[in-house]
Amino acid sequence: MQNLVEQTKEFEARALDAMCVNESQLEHKWYHNLKYVAVGIAFGIVFVKAEIISWYRIQEMFRFQEFHMFGVIGSAILVGMISIWLIKKFDIRTIYGEEIKLHPKTFNKGQIYGGLLFGLGWALTGACPGPLFAQIGAGTTVIAATLLSAVFGTWVYGYFREQLPH
Amino acid sequence: MNILDIIFEPWPWYVAGPLIGLTVPVLLIIGNKSFGISSSMRHACAACFPADIKFFKYDWKKEKWNLFFVLGVLLGSFIAVQSLMSASPIIINPELRADLVQYGITDISGLIPSQLFSWDLIFSVKGFIMIIVGGFTVGFGARYAGGCTSGHAIMGISTLQMPSVIATCCFFLGGYIMANFILPIILGL
Repeated sequence: MQNLVEQTKEFEARALDAMCVNESQLEHKWYHNLKYVAVGIAFGIVFVKAEIISWYRIQEMFRFQEFHMFGVIGSAILVGMISIWLIKKFDIRTIYGEEIKLHPKTFNKGQIYGGLLFGLGWALTGACPGPLFAQIGAGTTVIAATLLSAVFGTWVYGYFREQLPH
Repeated sequence: MNILDIIFEPWPWYVAGPLIGLTVPVLLIIGNKSFGISSSMRHACAACFPADIKFFKYDWKKEKWNLFFVLGVLLGSFIAVQSLMSASPIIINPELRADLVQYGITDISGLIPSQLFSWDLIFSVKGFIMIIVGGFTVGFGARYAGGCTSGHAIMGISTLQMPSVIATCCFFLGGYIMANFILPIILGL
Protein backbone atom coordinates (compact mmCIF):
# COMPACT_ATOMS: atom_id res chain seq x y z
CA MET A 1 0.00 0.00 0.00
CA GLN A 2 2.75 2.38 1.03
CA ASN A 3 4.53 1.46 -2.13
CA LEU A 4 1.48 2.22 -4.24
CA VAL A 5 1.08 5.64 -2.60
CA GLU A 6 4.73 6.38 -3.34
CA GLN A 7 4.29 5.27 -6.92
CA THR A 8 1.20 7.44 -7.37
CA LYS A 9 3.06 10.42 -5.90
CA GLU A 10 5.99 9.83 -8.20
CA PHE A 11 3.64 9.58 -11.16
CA GLU A 12 1.89 12.81 -10.17
CA ALA A 13 5.19 14.63 -9.78
CA ARG A 14 6.25 13.50 -13.21
CA ALA A 15 2.88 14.25 -14.73
CA LEU A 16 3.13 17.88 -13.55
CA ASP A 17 5.31 18.31 -16.55
CA ALA A 18 5.05 18.15 -20.24
CA MET A 19 7.24 15.08 -19.98
CA CYS A 20 6.07 11.79 -21.27
CA VAL A 21 4.48 9.61 -18.63
CA ASN A 22 3.48 6.78 -20.90
CA GLU A 23 4.98 3.67 -19.44
CA SER A 24 5.43 1.97 -22.76
CA GLN A 25 6.02 -1.72 -22.39
CA LEU A 26 8.07 -1.78 -25.53
CA GLU A 27 11.81 -1.92 -25.30
CA HIS A 28 13.74 -0.38 -28.12
CA LYS A 29 17.38 -0.27 -29.07
CA TRP A 30 19.03 3.12 -28.64
CA TYR A 31 19.03 3.87 -32.36
CA HIS A 32 15.25 4.07 -32.32
CA ASN A 33 15.90 7.46 -30.73
CA LEU A 34 17.42 8.66 -33.99
CA LYS A 35 13.93 9.32 -35.29
CA TYR A 36 13.58 11.99 -32.63
CA VAL A 37 16.83 13.52 -33.81
CA ALA A 38 15.31 13.67 -37.30
CA VAL A 39 12.14 15.40 -36.03
CA GLY A 40 14.34 17.76 -34.01
CA ILE A 41 16.37 18.65 -37.10
CA ALA A 42 13.22 19.54 -39.04
CA PHE A 43 12.05 21.58 -36.07
CA GLY A 44 15.38 23.40 -35.77
CA ILE A 45 15.33 24.29 -39.46
CA VAL A 46 11.83 25.77 -39.13
CA PHE A 47 12.96 27.73 -36.06
CA VAL A 48 15.75 29.39 -38.00
CA LYS A 49 13.96 29.84 -41.32
CA ALA A 50 10.90 31.48 -39.76
CA GLU A 51 13.17 33.59 -37.52
CA ILE A 52 11.44 32.22 -34.43
CA ILE A 53 14.81 32.20 -32.68
CA SER A 54 15.27 35.91 -33.34
CA TRP A 55 15.32 38.14 -30.26
CA TYR A 56 13.70 40.87 -32.36
CA ARG A 57 10.72 38.72 -33.34
CA ILE A 58 9.97 38.03 -29.68
CA GLN A 59 10.18 41.74 -28.81
CA GLU A 60 7.84 42.57 -31.70
CA MET A 61 5.39 39.98 -30.41
CA PHE A 62 5.29 41.29 -26.86
CA ARG A 63 5.03 44.87 -28.11
CA PHE A 64 2.22 43.91 -30.51
CA GLN A 65 4.20 45.34 -33.40
CA GLU A 66 4.09 42.37 -35.77
CA PHE A 67 1.66 39.53 -36.30
CA HIS A 68 4.33 36.99 -37.29
CA MET A 69 4.84 35.18 -33.96
CA PHE A 70 1.15 35.20 -33.10
CA GLY A 71 0.54 33.61 -36.49
CA VAL A 72 3.21 30.97 -35.88
CA ILE A 73 2.01 30.00 -32.40
CA GLY A 74 -1.69 30.29 -33.28
CA SER A 75 -1.49 28.16 -36.40
CA ALA A 76 0.73 25.63 -34.60
CA ILE A 77 -1.94 25.24 -31.91
CA LEU A 78 -4.67 24.95 -34.53
CA VAL A 79 -2.84 22.23 -36.46
CA GLY A 80 -2.02 20.45 -33.18
CA MET A 81 -5.69 20.53 -32.15
CA ILE A 82 -6.94 19.20 -35.47
CA SER A 83 -4.30 16.45 -35.38
CA ILE A 84 -5.32 15.36 -31.89
CA TRP A 85 -8.96 15.36 -32.94
CA LEU A 86 -8.14 13.19 -35.97
CA ILE A 87 -6.05 10.82 -33.85
CA LYS A 88 -8.98 10.35 -31.47
CA LYS A 89 -11.64 10.16 -34.16
CA PHE A 90 -9.86 7.52 -36.24
CA ASP A 91 -8.19 5.80 -33.30
CA ILE A 92 -4.80 6.27 -34.94
CA ARG A 93 -2.07 4.18 -33.33
CA THR A 94 1.66 4.56 -33.02
CA ILE A 95 3.92 2.95 -35.61
CA TYR A 96 4.36 0.12 -33.08
CA GLY A 97 0.61 -0.42 -32.90
CA GLU A 98 0.22 1.03 -29.42
CA GLU A 99 -2.76 3.11 -28.44
CA ILE A 100 -1.94 6.84 -28.24
CA LYS A 101 -2.37 8.09 -24.70
CA LEU A 102 -2.77 11.68 -23.57
CA HIS A 103 -2.52 12.63 -19.95
CA PRO A 104 -4.65 15.35 -18.41
CA LYS A 105 -2.74 18.04 -16.52
CA THR A 106 -3.99 19.15 -13.15
CA PHE A 107 -4.15 22.78 -12.19
CA ASN A 108 -1.82 24.16 -9.54
CA LYS A 109 -0.74 27.70 -8.74
CA GLY A 110 2.69 26.97 -10.14
CA GLN A 111 1.21 27.47 -13.58
CA ILE A 112 0.48 31.08 -12.60
CA TYR A 113 3.65 31.97 -10.65
CA GLY A 114 5.94 29.91 -12.83
CA GLY A 115 4.16 31.07 -15.96
CA LEU A 116 4.69 34.74 -15.08
CA LEU A 117 8.37 34.14 -14.28
CA PHE A 118 8.83 32.19 -17.48
CA GLY A 119 7.24 35.03 -19.44
CA LEU A 120 9.63 37.56 -17.91
CA GLY A 121 12.59 35.41 -18.89
CA TRP A 122 11.19 34.73 -22.35
CA ALA A 123 11.05 38.45 -23.17
CA LEU A 124 14.50 39.09 -21.66
CA THR A 125 16.39 36.37 -23.49
CA GLY A 126 14.10 36.47 -26.51
CA ALA A 127 14.00 32.71 -26.35
CA CYS A 128 12.02 29.94 -24.78
CA PRO A 129 13.84 26.64 -24.23
CA GLY A 130 13.58 25.35 -27.82
CA PRO A 131 15.12 28.45 -29.38
CA LEU A 132 17.90 28.39 -26.76
CA PHE A 133 19.14 25.13 -28.27
CA ALA A 134 18.61 26.47 -31.77
CA GLN A 135 20.46 29.72 -31.11
CA ILE A 136 23.52 27.77 -30.01
CA GLY A 137 23.29 25.65 -33.16
CA ALA A 138 22.93 28.83 -35.19
CA GLY A 139 26.32 29.93 -33.91
CA THR A 140 25.56 32.35 -31.06
CA THR A 141 27.77 30.45 -28.64
CA VAL A 142 27.17 32.80 -25.70
CA ILE A 143 23.65 31.38 -25.46
CA ALA A 144 25.29 28.22 -24.09
CA ALA A 145 25.74 30.30 -20.91
CA THR A 146 22.03 31.17 -20.98
CA LEU A 147 21.13 27.51 -21.45
CA LEU A 148 23.39 26.41 -18.57
CA SER A 149 21.79 29.08 -16.43
CA ALA A 150 18.36 27.75 -17.42
CA VAL A 151 19.41 24.22 -16.45
CA PHE A 152 20.65 25.65 -13.14
CA GLY A 153 17.26 27.40 -12.73
CA THR A 154 15.56 24.05 -13.28
CA TRP A 155 17.77 22.49 -10.62
CA VAL A 156 17.11 25.29 -8.12
CA TYR A 157 13.38 24.83 -8.70
CA GLY A 158 13.75 21.12 -7.95
CA TYR A 159 15.71 21.94 -4.79
CA PHE A 160 13.10 24.36 -3.40
CA ARG A 161 10.06 22.69 -4.89
CA GLU A 162 8.56 21.53 -1.59
CA GLN A 163 8.72 25.03 -0.12
CA LEU A 164 7.19 26.84 -3.09
CA PRO A 165 3.44 27.53 -3.25
CA HIS A 166 1.70 25.21 -5.70
CA MET B 1 10.12 32.45 -58.28
CA ASN B 2 11.21 28.84 -58.20
CA ILE B 3 11.06 26.49 -55.25
CA LEU B 4 14.70 26.98 -54.29
CA ASP B 5 14.28 30.72 -53.91
CA ILE B 6 11.34 30.14 -51.59
CA ILE B 7 13.46 27.89 -49.35
CA PHE B 8 16.18 30.51 -49.05
CA GLU B 9 13.79 33.36 -48.20
CA PRO B 10 12.46 33.68 -44.63
CA TRP B 11 9.45 31.40 -44.19
CA PRO B 12 6.08 33.03 -43.45
CA TRP B 13 4.08 32.17 -40.34
CA TYR B 14 1.52 30.12 -42.26
CA VAL B 15 4.27 27.73 -43.32
CA ALA B 16 6.22 27.63 -40.05
CA GLY B 17 3.26 27.44 -37.65
CA PRO B 18 1.58 24.39 -39.20
CA LEU B 19 4.95 22.60 -39.48
CA ILE B 20 5.53 23.17 -35.77
CA GLY B 21 1.98 22.04 -35.01
CA LEU B 22 2.64 18.81 -36.92
CA THR B 23 5.34 17.97 -34.38
CA VAL B 24 2.50 17.09 -31.99
CA PRO B 25 1.02 14.17 -34.00
CA VAL B 26 4.41 13.12 -35.38
CA LEU B 27 5.89 12.59 -31.89
CA LEU B 28 2.74 10.79 -30.74
CA ILE B 29 2.68 8.51 -33.75
CA ILE B 30 6.36 7.62 -33.84
CA GLY B 31 6.57 6.76 -30.18
CA ASN B 32 3.67 8.01 -28.02
CA LYS B 33 5.67 11.04 -26.88
CA SER B 34 4.15 14.27 -25.64
CA PHE B 35 5.76 17.31 -27.23
CA GLY B 36 7.72 19.37 -24.71
CA ILE B 37 11.18 20.87 -24.73
CA SER B 38 11.90 22.28 -21.29
CA SER B 39 11.66 18.79 -19.80
CA SER B 40 15.03 18.11 -21.40
CA MET B 41 16.61 20.44 -18.86
CA ARG B 42 15.02 18.47 -16.04
CA HIS B 43 16.38 15.26 -17.51
CA ALA B 44 19.80 16.89 -17.73
CA CYS B 45 19.58 17.65 -13.99
CA ALA B 46 18.35 14.15 -13.22
CA ALA B 47 21.17 12.63 -15.27
CA CYS B 48 24.04 14.85 -14.14
CA PHE B 49 23.39 16.16 -10.64
CA PRO B 50 20.29 14.63 -9.05
CA ALA B 51 21.79 15.44 -5.59
CA ASP B 52 19.21 13.21 -3.91
CA ILE B 53 16.44 15.72 -4.72
CA LYS B 54 13.09 13.98 -5.04
CA PHE B 55 12.14 15.98 -8.12
CA PHE B 56 15.14 14.53 -9.95
CA LYS B 57 14.87 10.97 -8.67
CA TYR B 58 13.22 9.21 -11.56
CA ASP B 59 14.39 7.04 -14.37
CA TRP B 60 15.53 9.74 -16.78
CA LYS B 61 16.67 7.09 -19.23
CA LYS B 62 13.02 6.49 -20.06
CA GLU B 63 12.92 10.09 -21.29
CA LYS B 64 16.09 9.90 -23.32
CA TRP B 65 14.14 10.58 -26.50
CA ASN B 66 13.73 14.17 -25.32
CA LEU B 67 17.49 14.70 -25.22
CA PHE B 68 17.84 13.22 -28.71
CA PHE B 69 15.11 15.60 -29.84
CA VAL B 70 16.85 18.75 -28.55
CA LEU B 71 20.13 17.53 -30.03
CA GLY B 72 18.25 17.43 -33.33
CA VAL B 73 17.00 21.00 -32.82
CA LEU B 74 20.59 22.14 -32.35
CA LEU B 75 21.75 20.27 -35.46
CA GLY B 76 18.80 21.52 -37.50
CA SER B 77 19.50 25.14 -36.74
CA PHE B 78 23.17 24.60 -37.58
CA ILE B 79 22.19 23.10 -40.95
CA ALA B 80 19.75 25.94 -41.66
CA VAL B 81 22.27 28.67 -40.88
CA GLN B 82 25.03 26.97 -42.85
CA SER B 83 23.10 26.14 -45.96
CA LEU B 84 19.62 27.60 -46.18
CA MET B 85 20.03 31.31 -45.51
CA SER B 86 19.56 34.17 -47.92
CA ALA B 87 22.09 36.97 -47.90
CA SER B 88 19.55 39.66 -47.09
CA PRO B 89 19.43 40.86 -43.47
CA ILE B 90 16.31 40.25 -41.41
CA ILE B 91 13.68 42.95 -41.49
CA ILE B 92 12.83 44.55 -38.17
CA ASN B 93 9.76 46.57 -37.33
CA PRO B 94 10.75 50.26 -37.70
CA GLU B 95 9.28 51.23 -34.31
CA LEU B 96 11.28 48.55 -32.53
CA ARG B 97 14.36 49.56 -34.47
CA ALA B 98 13.97 53.21 -33.50
CA ASP B 99 13.47 52.25 -29.85
CA LEU B 100 16.59 50.09 -29.84
CA VAL B 101 18.69 52.87 -31.38
CA GLN B 102 17.76 55.03 -28.38
CA TYR B 103 19.46 52.45 -26.17
CA GLY B 104 22.52 52.32 -28.36
CA ILE B 105 21.62 49.06 -30.11
CA THR B 106 22.50 49.89 -33.66
CA ASP B 107 23.95 46.62 -34.94
CA ILE B 108 20.89 44.63 -35.97
CA SER B 109 22.61 42.13 -38.22
CA GLY B 110 21.98 38.52 -37.30
CA LEU B 111 19.16 37.01 -35.27
CA ILE B 112 20.28 38.27 -31.87
CA PRO B 113 21.69 41.73 -31.00
CA SER B 114 25.41 41.22 -30.47
CA GLN B 115 25.52 44.44 -28.45
CA LEU B 116 23.48 42.68 -25.75
CA PHE B 117 24.46 39.04 -26.11
CA SER B 118 28.17 38.33 -26.36
CA TRP B 119 30.86 36.66 -24.26
CA ASP B 120 32.48 40.05 -23.59
CA LEU B 121 29.33 41.39 -21.98
CA ILE B 122 28.53 38.44 -19.77
CA PHE B 123 29.93 40.12 -16.64
CA SER B 124 28.60 43.60 -17.38
CA VAL B 125 25.43 44.47 -15.44
CA LYS B 126 23.23 44.56 -18.52
CA GLY B 127 24.81 41.45 -20.06
CA PHE B 128 24.56 39.49 -16.83
CA ILE B 129 20.85 40.30 -16.48
CA MET B 130 20.06 39.41 -20.09
CA ILE B 131 22.24 36.31 -20.46
CA ILE B 132 22.41 34.76 -17.00
CA VAL B 133 19.40 36.04 -15.05
CA GLY B 134 17.23 35.69 -18.15
CA GLY B 135 18.28 32.09 -18.62
CA PHE B 136 17.76 31.27 -14.95
CA THR B 137 14.22 32.71 -15.05
CA VAL B 138 13.37 30.72 -18.17
CA GLY B 139 14.55 27.46 -16.58
CA PHE B 140 13.07 28.07 -13.15
CA GLY B 141 9.79 29.45 -14.49
CA ALA B 142 9.28 26.71 -17.06
CA ARG B 143 9.67 23.99 -14.48
CA TYR B 144 7.55 25.81 -11.90
CA ALA B 145 4.82 26.17 -14.52
CA GLY B 146 5.29 22.54 -15.55
CA GLY B 147 6.20 23.26 -19.15
CA CYS B 148 7.14 25.91 -21.66
CA THR B 149 5.76 27.21 -24.93
CA SER B 150 5.89 23.76 -26.51
CA GLY B 151 4.52 21.71 -23.61
CA HIS B 152 1.83 24.13 -22.49
CA ALA B 153 0.96 26.51 -25.31
CA ILE B 154 1.17 24.01 -28.17
CA MET B 155 0.80 20.48 -26.74
CA GLY B 156 -1.34 21.52 -23.77
CA ILE B 157 -3.83 23.70 -25.60
CA SER B 158 -3.98 21.23 -28.51
CA THR B 159 -5.23 18.65 -26.04
CA LEU B 160 -7.65 21.18 -24.51
CA GLN B 161 -6.02 21.39 -21.08
CA MET B 162 -7.28 24.28 -18.99
CA PRO B 163 -4.07 24.46 -16.89
CA SER B 164 -2.13 25.00 -20.11
CA VAL B 165 -4.41 27.83 -21.20
CA ILE B 166 -3.80 29.50 -17.82
CA ALA B 167 -0.05 28.94 -18.04
CA THR B 168 0.06 30.33 -21.58
CA CYS B 169 -1.85 33.46 -20.54
CA CYS B 170 0.69 33.94 -17.75
CA PHE B 171 3.60 33.45 -20.18
CA PHE B 172 2.25 36.26 -22.32
CA LEU B 173 1.42 38.50 -19.38
CA GLY B 174 4.94 38.09 -17.99
CA GLY B 175 6.46 38.71 -21.41
CA TYR B 176 4.28 41.77 -21.96
CA ILE B 177 5.35 43.28 -18.63
CA MET B 178 9.01 42.56 -19.28
CA ALA B 179 9.15 43.80 -22.89
CA ASN B 180 7.17 46.99 -22.28
CA PHE B 181 7.99 48.05 -18.73
CA ILE B 182 11.09 46.34 -17.33
CA LEU B 183 13.28 45.81 -20.38
CA PRO B 184 13.40 49.55 -21.21
CA ILE B 185 14.84 50.15 -17.73
CA ILE B 186 17.41 47.38 -18.14
CA LEU B 187 18.43 48.61 -21.59
CA GLY B 188 18.86 52.08 -20.15
CA LEU B 189 21.38 50.90 -17.53
